[in-house]
Amino acid sequence: MKIRTDFQAMRKGAAVVSALAVLMAPVVASASGGAAAAGGFSSPATGWNELWHHVLVDLLVIGGIFAIAAVYMLWKYQAKNPGDVGTARPLTAAQALGFALIPSAIFMADDFFLAAKGWVLWNTQRTVPADAIEVKLTAQMYSWEFDYGNGLVVNSVEAPIMVPVGRPVVMRMTSNDVIHSFFIPEFRIKEDVMPGRKTYLWFKAPAAGEYLATCTEYCGAGHSQMPAKIQAVEPAAFDAWVASKGKQAAAPVATNG
Amino acid sequence: MKEWIFTTDHKRIGILYLIGSMAAFVVAGIAALVIRFEQFNPGMQVVNSATDYNNALYFHGAAMILAFLIPGLTGFFANYFLPIMIGARDVAFPRLNALSVWLFYGGIVLALVSMVMPDAPDVMWTGYPPYSTMGTPGNSAFYVFTVHLFGFSSILGAVNFIVTVMYLRAPNIGWNQLNMFVWTMFGAFIINLVFIPVLAAAVTMVLFDKYLGTHFFDPAGGGDVLLYQNLFWFYSHPAVYVIFLPAMGVLYEIIATMAKNHIFNYKAAVYGGVCGIIFLTGEVWVHHLYVAGMPDWLRIGQMVTTLLISVPVGLMVISMWGTLYKGAITFNVAMYYAVSCLFLVLIGGLTGIPLAMTSMTLHLSETSFVHAHFHFVMALFATFSIYAGIYYWFPKMTGRSADSKLAYIAFWLNSLGVNLTFWPLFVIGVEGMPRRYYDYEQFPAYFADYHHIATFGGVVTAIGTALTIINLVYAAFKGAKTNSNPWGSKSLEWTDTVSPPGPGNFVHDPKIAPGWTPYDYVR
Repeated sequence: MKIRTDFQAMRKGAAVVSALAVLMAPVVASASGGAAAAGGFSSPATGWNELWHHVLVDLLVIGGIFAIAAVYMLWKYQAKNPGDVGTARPLTAAQALGFALIPSAIFMADDFFLAAKGWVLWNTQRTVPADAIEVKLTAQMYSWEFDYGNGLVVNSVEAPIMVPVGRPVVMRMTSNDVIHSFFIPEFRIKEDVMPGRKTYLWFKAPAAGEYLATCTEYCGAGHSQMPAKIQAVEPAAFDAWVASKGKQAAAPVATNG
Repeated sequence: MKEWIFTTDHKRIGILYLIGSMAAFVVAGIAALVIRFEQFNPGMQVVNSATDYNNALYFHGAAMILAFLIPGLTGFFANYFLPIMIGARDVAFPRLNALSVWLFYGGIVLALVSMVMPDAPDVMWTGYPPYSTMGTPGNSAFYVFTVHLFGFSSILGAVNFIVTVMYLRAPNIGWNQLNMFVWTMFGAFIINLVFIPVLAAAVTMVLFDKYLGTHFFDPAGGGDVLLYQNLFWFYSHPAVYVIFLPAMGVLYEIIATMAKNHIFNYKAAVYGGVCGIIFLTGEVWVHHLYVAGMPDWLRIGQMVTTLLISVPVGLMVISMWGTLYKGAITFNVAMYYAVSCLFLVLIGGLTGIPLAMTSMTLHLSETSFVHAHFHFVMALFATFSIYAGIYYWFPKMTGRSADSKLAYIAFWLNSLGVNLTFWPLFVIGVEGMPRRYYDYEQFPAYFADYHHIATFGGVVTAIGTALTIINLVYAAFKGAKTNSNPWGSKSLEWTDTVSPPGPGNFVHDPKIAPGWTPYDYVR
């Protein structure tokens, strides 16, 4: 019987595609995982920018397909005469199943693909390099306090915060009052800063210059006015600055953009 | 007047919800204009203090979600049309229905009072402690009780409508013969019933911490600030599907009628789509907490569940697209809005994909990118669906058409305005423009150019909104009279009632033939 054959064929086809999708995921993940094992991205920022381009292409392709399909059908299937009705035939059981399973498989394959790529970057973002310089950050309404561990403490309203170019820096963070969030847009990284908990983020300044950090968790009237200036300087200058507890000013740098 | 205050008729209660939610929409829209004018340039220009700005931000968010979108969709549309679509004379518990709408108005009164009182709440609609439990900032109690009133109203409505759909369907209307509108509303009500109590608990704990000396969210007293966020978002993520599902339901009805077609792959849309969303919706809330210090493995796990929600949503989208296929499409104002929603849902939905990814959101969280994303889904897609539904069912509710030239002009102004406002915010969001800022002096100068465009868009939208309301009010009294089914729909509210439907809805109880569906265009 034709219907049963269709059903069996569709079922087989759907099963194959779904199996492919499920199989694809670990393949993609392990391929990406291989890259992670090899060191992942050099910093959260470079990884973010790369993945963002992949994601944009993904969205444009999906969006484009649906947008073009909509425009086409709205033009092609307009009623010719008043009283016209649609001529679509109801789907057979096989077709209904196929139109459910195949798009689901495609969406799931795309989901797992993005998840796998995102997971690689996530590993980079959340794995602090062993040689990272540790800075303790305390947030309050409305400033940030950076403790370099040797008695050097800098408050964001008084002075810029120095970091070395090309070396990873990890912020170990907590808050004195409400929830804040430490965000460095150009380093593509943020994490909330809370009382009673310790959170962290790490970054690596790619070049000398001045970078903005700002608060991104609503904390009251001064929320818009909690910037911190991060100044990236040559490592030697940074070391000297830390050793002198901030008394030896780092060499002047060109501001960034 | 007494007839309206004490009414238990679902249609009148629906109109009461419409009036209340549109009033909230207008006031919250004015708050949005304050925000947009203040953000026009860095520095302070429109408000007198940062706290005034934060008050406006709080009111705008809370009112739009809790007083406009959710009551507009589940209060007005479900009340007026769901009973008629299933062949019922009213809901299962009409007096409980009246209590629901009174609670809704109570919430509106409280929200409006909180705009004008001294020490107004400035905790944002999210109300995070410790800020909301501190001694100094505004009166968090008003926030808590506003949520209680709206939440209680919604829970009672959910009970009412779930029982109505389960037990009051006319004979021969089975589950597979329900309008998509009924299924999506049913899904929204299930979500409300299950999840709103968690929000009520969360805000009640804020109330206790602030005014009764408990320490749920106070680390110094053994509490944890993250607890609140988890409880809050456990409800508030499903809440977006309480908005998304009914909006889709309204659009399905309009598209099926205007294309004179049955729903494409109805079962996939219902069982894969609506039921799939209900199943997954409670397992993704951590994506609102990607930067909040949750354990890494939990963030990754919920990245997978969040991405997977694209499957049921995708099935509903394909079903909607497919309903156009081989249709016989005609256009009215409702269809214009519905068609624009097709594109808005693409943009809103697809920009959710990077936000589903933990690694992308470590940068994008709390920036204008997120803000633009949820405005595309809520302020644009859901609001335009509400407009579409009002225009579509206007002839049923009033016996007149609101499809005037002014309606089309307002449509184009609305469409232009909202796009002008939110596209620039995507761009500067990626560059780091934070949310909830009135001042952005520390950012590059070109941010202001994008804010200029966004504010101009706000003005255009305001004009479009004003014209829409003027047109609808005028048409209610002076619009061109129509017959009782001007769009030629096969759905029960069009075929078996007069316009407007009288008490009891049907002159004769509808006789449903076996195999009937509300989309019986092609036999």
